[in-house]
Amino acid sequence: MIRVLGVVTMVVACVVFAGFLGLAVWQISGAPAPVNLPGLLAENLEASGVEHPVTAVLLNFRSYDTLLEIGVLVIAGIAGISMARTTSLEDPDLRTSDSLLYALQRWFVPLMLLLAGYLLWAGSDRPGGAFQAGAVLAASGVMMRLGGIPMDFLRPGMLLRLGLALGFTVFLLVAVASALAGEAFLAYPEGFAKPLILAIETVLTFSIAMVLLALFVSAPVNRAQEPEEGERG
Amino acid sequence: MIEWLLDGLLVLALLITAVAVLASRNLFRAVVMFIAFGLLMALAWVRLQAPDIALAEAAIGAGLSGVLLLDAARHLGYNRGGPPK
Amino acid sequence: MSTQLLYAFAGVALCGIGLFGFIRLDHLLRKLLAFNLMGSGVFLVMVGLAQRGGEPDPVPQALVLTGIVVAIAATALAVVLIRRYYHLSGRTTLAAPGPERKSTTKPAADREGAEV
Repeated sequence: MIRVLGVVTMVVACVVFAGFLGLAVWQISGAPAPVNLPGLLAENLEASGVEHPVTAVLLNFRSYDTLLEIGVLVIAGIAGISMARTTSLEDPDLRTSDSLLYALQRWFVPLMLLLAGYLLWAGSDRPGGAFQAGAVLAASGVMMRLGGIPMDFLRPGMLLRLGLALGFTVFLLVAVASALAGEAFLAYPEGFAKPLILAIETVLTFSIAMVLLALFVSAPVNRAQEPEEGERG
Repeated sequence: MIEWLLDGLLVLALLITAVAVLASRNLFRAVVMFIAFGLLMALAWVRLQAPDIALAEAAIGAGLSGVLLLDAARHLGYNRGGPPK
Repeated sequence: MSTQLLYAFAGVALCGIGLFGFIRLDHLLRKLLAFNLMGSGVFLVMVGLAQRGGEPDPVPQALVLTGIVVAIAATALAVVLIRRYYHLSGRTTLAAPGPERKSTTKPAADREGAEV
């Protein structure tokens, strides 16, 4: 009896919550927007260096949000990697004897790498950009991992740390450099916006892919002996 | 009129898949419904004229997230987490 | 009421459904799924409400794109934590095992690796 009462209370509470949220949405939708953001954006788009408005917003007008976002990703990557407990990346458990997966890998991984490169390049004037490219790159890494291909750059070491830190560091360097040069923090200098944005997007793609792949790899916990703190597994 | 029909059906499918994620007895089925939910969300983003988000949702929500959760569900055991009693 | 606003209301409903699942479900992975549903609902509200006039608005689209990437990183970290917790304690819920919950625990010798 108490249980049924508990469930009913919870249902009522969630319905009330959703009701209030819906009411708020309805009220907001009745009033016109105080600022015409799409209009503002259309006026300033040429000054941003890219032609696609979403990329311009992400990497120029609101690049601070993207900087903090890649920072959050690096923190999540560090937290996940610190809990990884795999003996070795050539664990026989991970190898697959599925011939279909092997065949798929041979065809799909190069295609996915090409697709990631295209998405990164296309982000400047059509839908695409660093996040999508990073996700496809991470997905190709996951596919290789599922097929048991040893990926040396995922061992704890210099390459892994470099890959994780690269995106955030380069972005922060560009931001601080423009602050030191006398302009505002994160303001790209005149005429350099497009190459800077492309460079930042490239390292962002790489970093995002590394973080997501490292988090995927550190998820399984083997029956292996736990190495002590600081000892190489 | 056709737009309302299309969007209404998509919204209905989204809500039904969401309820199915939470109400499945089998954890494997719940994760598979979550992947389906991700793909339907990608369609919703296309309808909302946001192709960038649709690309990201298809790659991340249905692809990466799906593999991660399927792997976890297998190791945690498919039948130990039932829906609320 | 445009079709974009319909998506905003769908986002509200998803938030409610996700919240209910998050509170009521005991299994940690299911809580994670419910939380992700809430996140998707929030994204729908953001874009649906901003675009109710019919024309695409790039700013909330960019913010939602950022949000999706952060959400997958947080989900991946949560999966690492859940699997670690399961490896160390044998449980998939946070509640202390009582007499009626015996079926969710595993003896220590029988953990993750052995059932592969």
